[in-house]
Amino acid sequence: MATSPDIQTLISQKYDAGFVTDIEQESLPPGLGEDTVRFVSAKKGEPQWMLDWRLKAFERWQQMKEPNWAHVHYPKIDYQAISYYAAPKSSKDRPQSLDEVDPKLIETYNKLGIPLEEQKMLAGVAVDVVFDSVSIHTTFKDKLAAAGVIFCSFSEAVREHPELVKRYLGSVVPQNDNYFAALNSAVFSDGSFVYIPKNTRCPMELSTYFRMNAINTGQFERTLIIADTGSYVSYLEGCTAPQRDENQLHAAVVELIALDDAEIKYSTVQNWYPGDEEGRGGIYNFVTKRGDCRGRNSKISWTQVETGSAITWKYPSCVLKGENSVGEFYSVALANHRQQADTGTKMIHIGRNTRSTIVSKGISAGKGQNAYRGLVRIARSAEGARNYTQCDSLLMGDQCGAHTFPYIEVKNSTAKVEHEASTSKISDDQLFYLRSRGISNEDAVNLIVNGFCKQVFKELPMEFAVEAQKLLSISLEGAVG
Amino acid sequence: MLKIENLHVEVEGKPILRGIDLELPSGQVHAIMGPNGSGKSTLAHVIAGKPGYTVTQGSVTYNGKDLLALEPEQRAGEGVFLAFQYPLEIPGVNNVYMLKAALNGIRKYRGLPEMDAVQFLNLVKTKTKIVGLKESLLNRPVNQGFSGGEKKRNEVFQMSVLEPSLAVLDETDSGLDIDALRIVAEGVNQLRDPGRAFLVVTHYQRLLDYIVPDVVHVLAQGRIVKSGPRELALELEERGYDWLLPAAVA
Repeated sequence: MATSPDIQTLISQKYDAGFVTDIEQESLPPGLGEDTVRFVSAKKGEPQWMLDWRLKAFERWQQMKEPNWAHVHYPKIDYQAISYYAAPKSSKDRPQSLDEVDPKLIETYNKLGIPLEEQKMLAGVAVDVVFDSVSIHTTFKDKLAAAGVIFCSFSEAVREHPELVKRYLGSVVPQNDNYFAALNSAVFSDGSFVYIPKNTRCPMELSTYFRMNAINTGQFERTLIIADTGSYVSYLEGCTAPQRDENQLHAAVVELIALDDAEIKYSTVQNWYPGDEEGRGGIYNFVTKRGDCRGRNSKISWTQVETGSAITWKYPSCVLKGENSVGEFYSVALANHRQQADTGTKMIHIGRNTRSTIVSKGISAGKGQNAYRGLVRIARSAEGARNYTQCDSLLMGDQCGAHTFPYIEVKNSTAKVEHEASTSKISDDQLFYLRSRGISNEDAVNLIVNGFCKQVFKELPMEFAVEAQKLLSISLEGAVG
Repeated sequence: MLKIENLHVEVEGKPILRGIDLELPSGQVHAIMGPNGSGKSTLAHVIAGKPGYTVTQGSVTYNGKDLLALEPEQRAGEGVFLAFQYPLEIPGVNNVYMLKAALNGIRKYRGLPEMDAVQFLNLVKTKTKIVGLKESLLNRPVNQGFSGGEKKRNEVFQMSVLEPSLAVLDETDSGLDIDALRIVAEGVNQLRDPGRAFLVVTHYQRLLDYIVPDVVHVLAQGRIVKSGPRELALELEERGYDWLLPAAVA
């Protein structure tokens, strides 16, 4: 394929600090080819090794086929119709005030109690001044730097910490792991990078929410978190308010690495646009998330609350290599209206005495379809491994569906694997019981749903848990009438 | 005052109540007795607003308000409380948390400010003592893993916190041994008050040994066939219900 002269100039352009403002005017027309990969890499001012890595991924992606085994249905994605480098929209193209934004979105923000300025940002309204985040941002950076923690954008990490990126990138999710991971590896736009040095407890919960420049990282985000020996970090992904977003396909990759005695706690509240009641629009959230418990006594814990997206297709997983390492997965997934969710986890036990816990809570309402899919694999080497899986589904109404697909492979006879599953419906009698006590129908539904999710919510950091509860109730509004 | 006039109720087209008239003034305790299938629980449910019943005729008013026009939670706001025959389990929902939501729901309905956590916990402490509820049950999920007696005591505990002005007890004695029955009845007696009316639905007279009613009504085949003082209950115990049944229902 011939490279257009424009791209040629761009590739040869050197990175400079004015880069951030530069990209305001640039974006790429739809289409995907090797030149697209080169363009993205050049835009980021990446070194040759990074470009080579991307190109190799692209080559692999071209040889792969899009998978179709998930319990989800969507029209075929035309990968040539997507623009792989959409720079943040210029102020002119954005809504000029909240009056131009979908009133339903605003209503939700108000219910969540989000301040006006923040609403503007989430809704993508052109804001000239970034409000109080500047000060938060600075104090926050100082504190982290003092602890030796590296927390920056992925692009920055490629430039500033190439040795770490080179060593760990793709070491958990290989380029050819799956179709969407390969695509991401070729064209990822940006994301987050975290390194916690040895024997360091990260002094605060890290959140992309504070890192304003992480917003609008687009559809192919890449996150890499490394917890060195004896360290601890809690990472919060996403933000509870629904984000306005034009992108249809989100194919992110998250890699976590925990070395000896290290612990990573990764919490997600995902609330991308789910589409309307009829299933028009909405995000396809096809994400590969995997944690590698590489060291002895290491621990990786995933907690997710998934209420958004038209389609959610993801399995945050743990590879338990280190002896005595621990993997955990706590999940609430909601499918309302015409949302579809196929989510769960993989726990791969390799090391001796490795332990894993899976607690999955699926809520289906409206015409939503919710599937739990989970793999527990005990390798021959995993002497004394243990797994406990609990998988509960809650149905609201009679047009939704709940599905459970557990896969269990055990190759070591000393392993213990438990699987419990239940499906229940919010009963009219339960609702009447609560209403007869003076609780409104809506509050009664929320109480029951929150009770159902409690085991997962209690794993979330406090503030997140409160937000998650609110969010769930908003997402379920009118689900039981 | 609860006033029921010519109440006819159907379930899935089948008539259950066929013209009930009842007046329950504030401060009184009325018992509803009757054989199985006479419509006792239906009456209790209709007063509290349980869905699934069709009122085809008649009215139920409370302090002059048309109860039938109100949602169950609005009726609670008006002071109505139903102690369930089979209290429901709500997994994962803390007993006290649910009760706080209920109390504040009622306060909101009445235009009162929400009660804060400290005030509420003090209230709960006092009430737990009154009804003799184990404190360990307070923070358990609503009714989950409770014994039959604990569930019923929890109902009385909820009632004591919500302080209704009209309490309907639907076969509160069912499934209780004599000790549990006595404890639950004592809890109810503590709540007797000139400002509070009780409608006690029961199959057996033994509950009325402990909760002494002012009036006993006999419900049979969807109608109140006899009303009288508490001695009527003793007579029923001795003679059964047959002598009261109309020889032929038209």
